[in-house]
Amino acid sequence: MSTMHQGSRNRDRTPWDKEIALQCIREHLDREGPLLPILHAIQEQFGYVDEAAEPLIAETLNITRAEVHGVVTFYHDFRREPAGRHVLKLCRAEACQAAGGDPLARHAETRLGLSMGRTAPDGSVTLEPVYCLGLCAVAPSAMLDGRVVGRLDERRLETLLAEAQQ
Amino acid sequence: MTLRLFIPVDAGALAVGAEEVAAAIRTAAARRNVAAEIVRTGSRGLYWLEPMVEVETPAGRLAYGPVAPGDAESLLGAILGNGAHPLRLGPTEEIPWLKRQTRLTFARCGVVDPRSLEDYRAHGGCRSVQRALSLGPQAIVEEVVQSGLRGRGGAGFPTGIKWRTVAQTEAAQKYIICNADEGDSGTFADRMIMEGDPFVLIEGMAIAGIAVGATKGYVYIRSEYPHSAATMEAAIAAARRGGLLGNRIADSSCAFDMEVRVGAGAYVCGEETSLLDSLEGKRGVVRAKPPLPAHKGLFGSPTVINNVLSFASVPIILDKGGAFYRDFGMGKSRGTMPIQLAGNVKHGGLFETAFGVTLGELVDDIGGGTRSGRPVRAVQVGGPLGAYFPRALFDTPFDYEAFAAREGLIGHGGIVVFDDTVDMAKQARFAMEFCAIESCGKCTPCRVGSTRGMEVIDRIIRGENRAANTALLEDLCHTLKFGSLCALGGFTPYPVMSALTHFPEDFAAPPRLQAAE
Ligand SMILES: Cc1cc2nc3c(=O)[nH]c(=O)nc-3n(C[C@H](O)[C@H](O)[C@H](O)COP(=O)(O)O)c2cc1C
Ligand code: SF4
Ligand code: FES
Repeated sequence: MSTMHQGSRNRDRTPWDKEIALQCIREHLDREGPLLPILHAIQEQFGYVDEAAEPLIAETLNITRAEVHGVVTFYHDFRREPAGRHVLKLCRAEACQAAGGDPLARHAETRLGLSMGRTAPDGSVTLEPVYCLGLCAVAPSAMLDGRVVGRLDERRLETLLAEAQQ
Repeated sequence: MTLRLFIPVDAGALAVGAEEVAAAIRTAAARRNVAAEIVRTGSRGLYWLEPMVEVETPAGRLAYGPVAPGDAESLLGAILGNGAHPLRLGPTEEIPWLKRQTRLTFARCGVVDPRSLEDYRAHGGCRSVQRALSLGPQAIVEEVVQSGLRGRGGAGFPTGIKWRTVAQTEAAQKYIICNADEGDSGTFADRMIMEGDPFVLIEGMAIAGIAVGATKGYVYIRSEYPHSAATMEAAIAAARRGGLLGNRIADSSCAFDMEVRVGAGAYVCGEETSLLDSLEGKRGVVRAKPPLPAHKGLFGSPTVINNVLSFASVPIILDKGGAFYRDFGMGKSRGTMPIQLAGNVKHGGLFETAFGVTLGELVDDIGGGTRSGRPVRAVQVGGPLGAYFPRALFDTPFDYEAFAAREGLIGHGGIVVFDDTVDMAKQARFAMEFCAIESCGKCTPCRVGSTRGMEVIDRIIRGENRAANTALLEDLCHTLKFGSLCALGGFTPYPVMSALTHFPEDFAAPPRLQAAE
């Protein structure tokens, strides 16, 4: 099983496909409490959880579609629509605030012309807040497509932004 | 002779370039035709010195850091020569910051290869599970009770008592769950264990399984920790191959196996009952207690749920005895605490020490003050639900009860340092905002009150009816404290009220000016 669901780049993701989705579902059916692993597998495959996945999952697990929908929407991780080719997460929690994270986040928003949680119109990058990456001793921190970056300053952030806009 | 070098794969070291350093050293060694083995370890926890490179010598390991890829050539030259280099830190174990610590839970972290069970065994691992098997369930539980170990996830409940309850509850199926959701800002000790010494966690969980009669375990890891999940997966596979997990653990008749589960970005899923629902595939909504998870936990079965550090402290307790562990600490806080220094701090990292050290020693002496060089103004202890402490309270000893007596908590042991540019009204507002973002939605005070709290603080900041709005804020905090089912709503008043009580000037004046960069 892949737990590196945040690791790969979004540009490597496949477009929505029912058969592939069913495969993702079946892979986890022998587990106890398979719903989260299934949703992770689907998001890893397609980059988001398409609405069309909900009835498929509901039917296979013999639960209501409303239940599946409730779970998908409860968790911050699950996306309802495709993300950009890159996902840049900036830590917005206290240790990173203390180390100067706030002005860096503002800088990223201005430079990309995006507010937190948005995807660039050209599909290049999604900018997301994250609340702690466990890198609080090398704060401020960020994650670009699963790659962790610490001791962020304006120069290092510029490099990340340039990469994210490709 | 092959040169043996050690470079961390810990996410905190990778974030500051450990991978690039390893690659540069490999290239430099190849160019010189030097046979070099690079062992990838966890981090020693001296993060301001990461990436740290260690080299094996007859006299023990020598450390260099912080190393940049451009240092590779000169560093290798030094290592092959007389060892002199501007980045030389001397024998690792003699670095004062490390030497001052009492590393019980973290004894092997940064030393061993986290993916090698053989290495774990060579450093004293797996002895405890053997001893546990020879002691038997009841005696294991008593040893853990004797140690005085309290849950390291935040609530500080005695671990042995929890295990005893599950052991005494009859059921065909029981579970051991490790809470590796580590969502508190300023904490990373769980991550370090999972990436640096995962077998100690596996061994601790296996011992719990033997003690209470559970055969199945889960480690619920937050999705923000992909490196931890990958290392745990690899270690679990190695533990199965090596007989630490499986149908006959350590050649006994006991069975225990475990699995990694990854969370999905919900802070509240660190709360134990919400975590259970999440594992079951539901929304992570907090359950009312009773029933306790110990009686009716995962899928209604008796369940031990403990923090990573609680489980990881069990092997040393079984190995050296409960009394050995209990002899460290103060009052009702026994043993050692892996304290995490974070934020705007000069010497950030993991400092494991006996309970009783004061907050001032930790921040000023061990932490070395701020990284910015400006005066320390406030520290938040215990994550987003923990109180902000002013310098005036720096005499508080690190102890569950002492912090509670000062309207605070030690939580999971994180300390976030702020300098004098911090705006405490803004921090109070963030506490409410965080509660609003992460609320599971079950209780009205938490779901609605947190957003109201943000609005009220905004009004105070703008100077509208300050006295009336401050009274309203206090009222709101009171409602949150007493009208919430779990500590997310119930403890959000700690950061808010501590900011208001200890730093009232930030709520009364025009917003503080940002210090010149
Ligand atoms: C909102 C909230 C978040 C929590 N997050 C965590 C967490 O990330 N890790 C953890 O071990 N405990 C967390 N806890 C505490 C758990 O509910 C529980 O007390 C703990 O897992 C028990 O293990 P311990 O006794 O070993 O500490 C949290 C509690 C609350 C209310
Ligand atoms: S206090 Fe908040 S997070 Fe806790 S149970 Fe109530 S609504 Fe959920
Ligand atoms: S607060 Fe940003 S990494 Fe922990």
